[in-house]
Amino acid sequence: MGNPAVRLKIIGMLLILLITGETAWCAGKYDYIDISNPMMKKIPIAVPLFKPISGNTAEIQTSDSGSKQLSNFLGFTGYFKVIDRGAFLIDTAQSDVAIPQYKAWTTVGAEFLVTGAAASQDNQLELELRLFDTINQRQLIGKKYTGHPDDQRKMIRRFCSEIMMLLIGNSGIFDSQITFVSTSGSGNKEIFIAEFDGSDARQITNNKSINLSPDMSSDGKYVAYTSYAGGKPDLYIQSLSDRKISVVDKKGMAISPAWVPGRFELAASLSFSGDPEIYLLTGNGKIINKIIESSGIDLSPSFSPDGKKMAFVSRRAGSPQIYIQDMESGKVDRVTFYGNNNTQPDWSPKGDKIVYTSLDKNVFNIVVISVNGNGAVQLTHGSGDNESPSWSPDGSMIVFSSTREGVSKIYVMTAFGTDQRRLVDLSGQQSEPKWSPNVTN
Amino acid sequence: MKKRIWVVVAMLFVLPGLLLTASCAKKAVKPDASVAKTDDDAAKRAAAEKARQDELARQKELEEARLKEEAAKREVLAARNKFMNENVHFAFDSSVLDTTAQSILKSKADWMKKNPNAPVIIEGHCDERGTVAYNLALGERRAESAKAFLVNMGISAGSMSTISYGEERPVDPGKNEEAWAKNRRAHFVIK
Repeated sequence: MGNPAVRLKIIGMLLILLITGETAWCAGKYDYIDISNPMMKKIPIAVPLFKPISGNTAEIQTSDSGSKQLSNFLGFTGYFKVIDRGAFLIDTAQSDVAIPQYKAWTTVGAEFLVTGAAASQDNQLELELRLFDTINQRQLIGKKYTGHPDDQRKMIRRFCSEIMMLLIGNSGIFDSQITFVSTSGSGNKEIFIAEFDGSDARQITNNKSINLSPDMSSDGKYVAYTSYAGGKPDLYIQSLSDRKISVVDKKGMAISPAWVPGRFELAASLSFSGDPEIYLLTGNGKIINKIIESSGIDLSPSFSPDGKKMAFVSRRAGSPQIYIQDMESGKVDRVTFYGNNNTQPDWSPKGDKIVYTSLDKNVFNIVVISVNGNGAVQLTHGSGDNESPSWSPDGSMIVFSSTREGVSKIYVMTAFGTDQRRLVDLSGQQSEPKWSPNVTN
Repeated sequence: MKKRIWVVVAMLFVLPGLLLTASCAKKAVKPDASVAKTDDDAAKRAAAEKARQDELARQKELEEARLKEEAAKREVLAARNKFMNENVHFAFDSSVLDTTAQSILKSKADWMKKNPNAPVIIEGHCDERGTVAYNLALGERRAESAKAFLVNMGISAGSMSTISYGEERPVDPGKNEEAWAKNRRAHFVIK
């Protein structure tokens, strides 16, 4: 199944059935989790091995790998505490996946339970997944997915999105990807894409020059980045399906691209007129108009979720600071006042905050601030230089780069700065991570 | 038979006589010839000596010229190397040219005036601190500020181009102020 077109068709045919039962179908209103509380208690959830229906090798494999993937995905969000399987009281292979023994699960501390059943034959996988509320003793979600065995991960991602939608009120991060810069391939800085959890990293440039600052379009079809492949820093807009590239190679530089949410347009800083100013471009790299102009450096645009406002960095007041411009009125407000070096703004998916990189006491750290400039909170402390913050599409997490272990690597943390951990496992150095929107195909 | 003996006897007398005559004649000529030869040798030796001296002088002159030429070449090369190797340095987050930077740029202007046909690339670089895109912009400002100074010194803007490498090409990978100071630079390259 190497052919992506064939795979896409099968995904298109992926059958999703609602398994009948007492299902709480009020998406987002089943409000178990207070996500605005940084000290929130993690939700204890049990994910026993999936039940192999006929017991063939493929099913046993899915039982193991599938339940592991589901546990990892839920654990990754930071909302769940996945209970260790060693504590389980019952042999799930023998029990009914549709009617769990609730007491046996509440006894080991599980407030929620996911059961799975895998049926595999003739290169087709049928995966039945259910979420139960063990305290109120009822089924919350039941889904059956059918597709090629290669789509197992996709099925599980989709079910996790259902869980998130029901318990948190949004579809989470499972259909998102992370673009970043890595020297792990040729030793030069090339552009890579990994899954939301840092797995399956793949290289999308191989020009052995310097490639920087990737940003993926809302539809997941294009990645814009700065490349020296032509001898100077130009803007490249690369189609991920056919690898075709539109190049903006005007005089000077074309740097720090950022796509407009939901549109085939992007903003970038171009310096052909003398100093770097921010322009709006079509997805093919044609200039639409100039957005930001000041004497001095203007760069690093980042749009509000509705695209009506844009945060950016300007040196107009003598040091790099974060500003916001209203796209319609052109009105500009300064957001950061503390410190002499505030750069790399990234507007939160909820629209209320901006995360950025701030230099203080000779160290770079990640700071989050309200769009009105109030309530700045430093999220990283005493752990090398921390740069390039980018929100997950649900606003629950932030990916960033850090030199805490020596060379720059990629890390994630919750939006409150907790649970900081390495994300991408590659050799060399990784930098400039950018979290893509959720892209479902 | 008797006749043959007489011939032999006669030969015995004649031959020594002939031999004597010959040796006497030789003795008479010899002194004159040897005198003439001595005069000739001296002249030849003097001429050779003079030629040798001339040649030495010529060689010395050539050598001097060669050394002079080499020194000049070395000087040109040294000036060219200095032009390329001597970087203009900047303070953190700054593209301002201090007095040291200005005096280095003045010597660069002198060189460029003497070498008006050498197209020059000015590279702007930053230290690793600061974020990638901002450092690209800052590196460009540094290269442009060096270029503007040279234009003010009378260098044609058309003979210079600029490129920023941001923090991507440090000369010193160290993580200390000494290394960072070296890396914050405008670097000159002759195309």
